[in-house]
Amino acid sequence: MTENLLTVANLSAVSDREDGVPVLRDVDLTLRPGEVRGLVGESGAGKSTIAKAILGILPRTVRITGGRIDFKGRDLLVMKPRDLRNIMGSEIALIPQDPQTALNPARRIGFQLADGLRLKRGMSAKIAEARALQLLADVQIRDPDRIMKSYPHQLSGGMRQRVLIAAAFAVDPQLVVADEPTTALDVTVQKEILRLIRRMQEAHGTGVLFVTHDLGIVAQICDSVTLLYAGKVIEEGPVRDVLETPQHNYTKALIAAGPRYDRPDAGLEPVPEAVFRELRQEIGID
Amino acid sequence: MDEHLLTATGIEVTYGKRPGLFGGKPATPVLHGVDIRIGRGQTVGIVGESGSGKTTLGRALLRLVDVSAGSIAFDGKNITHIPEAEIRPLRRRMQMIFQDPMASLNPRHTIRRILTGPLLLHELASDTASALERVKTVLDRVSLPAACLDRYPHELSGGQRQRIGIARAVLMQPDFVLADEIVSGLDVSTQAQALKLLKGLSRELGLAMAFISHDLSVIRAICDYVYVLRLGRIVEEGPCEQVFGNPAAAYTRALLDAIPLPEYDPGWLERKSEA
Repeated sequence: MTENLLTVANLSAVSDREDGVPVLRDVDLTLRPGEVRGLVGESGAGKSTIAKAILGILPRTVRITGGRIDFKGRDLLVMKPRDLRNIMGSEIALIPQDPQTALNPARRIGFQLADGLRLKRGMSAKIAEARALQLLADVQIRDPDRIMKSYPHQLSGGMRQRVLIAAAFAVDPQLVVADEPTTALDVTVQKEILRLIRRMQEAHGTGVLFVTHDLGIVAQICDSVTLLYAGKVIEEGPVRDVLETPQHNYTKALIAAGPRYDRPDAGLEPVPEAVFRELRQEIGID
Repeated sequence: MDEHLLTATGIEVTYGKRPGLFGGKPATPVLHGVDIRIGRGQTVGIVGESGSGKTTLGRALLRLVDVSAGSIAFDGKNITHIPEAEIRPLRRRMQMIFQDPMASLNPRHTIRRILTGPLLLHELASDTASALERVKTVLDRVSLPAACLDRYPHELSGGQRQRIGIARAVLMQPDFVLADEIVSGLDVSTQAQALKLLKGLSRELGLAMAFISHDLSVIRAICDYVYVLRLGRIVEEGPCEQVFGNPAAAYTRALLDAIPLPEYDPGWLERKSEA
């Protein structure tokens, strides 16, 4: 049996801004090395909160009240800041949602890529630059030399996202957290980026936690999926099982609520109020 | 007589032609001769990626931007170059639902004021009481409680605000509604709610609608006919059945192939479109 890369167990958190409203309720989640797991849910479901908790970047208003996040057998929640710093950006990397704000607008791409390698991998400037150039080629950027010398604003959204994927995989992490990395992109570019993430992940054997609200993306890029509602895990399993034989009424209704270009009658039935009632009762809210 | 409610022919729009001492800013053509027809009661989708000119096209149809060539006719009347004073009476009949409902509702006004105000302005109601009656009927139709009336926009959820936007447009008893990316920020369930509502309303009221979106799946759910726009040109048009079932343009096929469906399809990610 392979050991889990990541085990989130009984993770609970509350929002101090909203009088202690629970934002995560006893969340369990596992990720094996090299596995891609989708973390899905509607807004407010807690998918981003989990991602932020793993990365240790929760806003101050969110307080963890219980549970653990084991990364390679060590609980990130009780780790010393110095140990965390060594892990973040090195063994755990992030592909952010907004490629616009994640890059320093005043620094050339080449500098930003090489900077991480010098800092996290102790490379010399010259070696780091050569490595950065190779990384840009790996993410299928055609003229890496020109991109190295460019500033972020000179690149398209898709190109910036490629750079950030290169940056995430640059340190050869074991875990990548991808936080809705394609929401700002056109569909044709989105497909290229999804393909790229999957290829990079396979080449490096990286475990990926893929946060998204789109079940279509989950179906096409993930091996397994965890569906959340109001901070609670509603359904979990291999992608094919969850999509083809969903167990929970909410999962069924959510799949049916999405529009599909191949079906004129899809996308017009919201999740029934009865299903939400059932959910709330199950979770114990209201 | 033209049986279409809205006809746009050869629309060209150019942005940013600014004269200046050093040559100024070069003009950027955004639309290069676009033809569009919208029948009475018909819902027409306009789909395209960013930079396709879909939003500009919508704005041109409502005369919110000036066209540099081409003509627009609304209900048989050429409105391409008529002065603002002559457009104003038509504004009630051509409504718009905005992408960001928060930005399109006055944050300092209650929902009551936001909805009754235009009714009185356009003299669709003789007094406040009768305006309020009509507002309550429409609120009920968009499944919002009357308690909303005393709320401010920020007190409502995104889905509720979007329904206020729909209610505001419908209250004007328009013939034509332009909806620009109005469901793109919403959760799937809220989105389905809005789409179902719009589809129902357009049927009940015989509304013609131009539905602008980057999302072909959403277009399929709500439109009868679709125009596919790319870099300011229409690359394909036709009834949804035909365009989605058997796309003629390579670009349309590429767009469709890029949409991930929520079903198990192991080859999808590596499958490439020729376009």
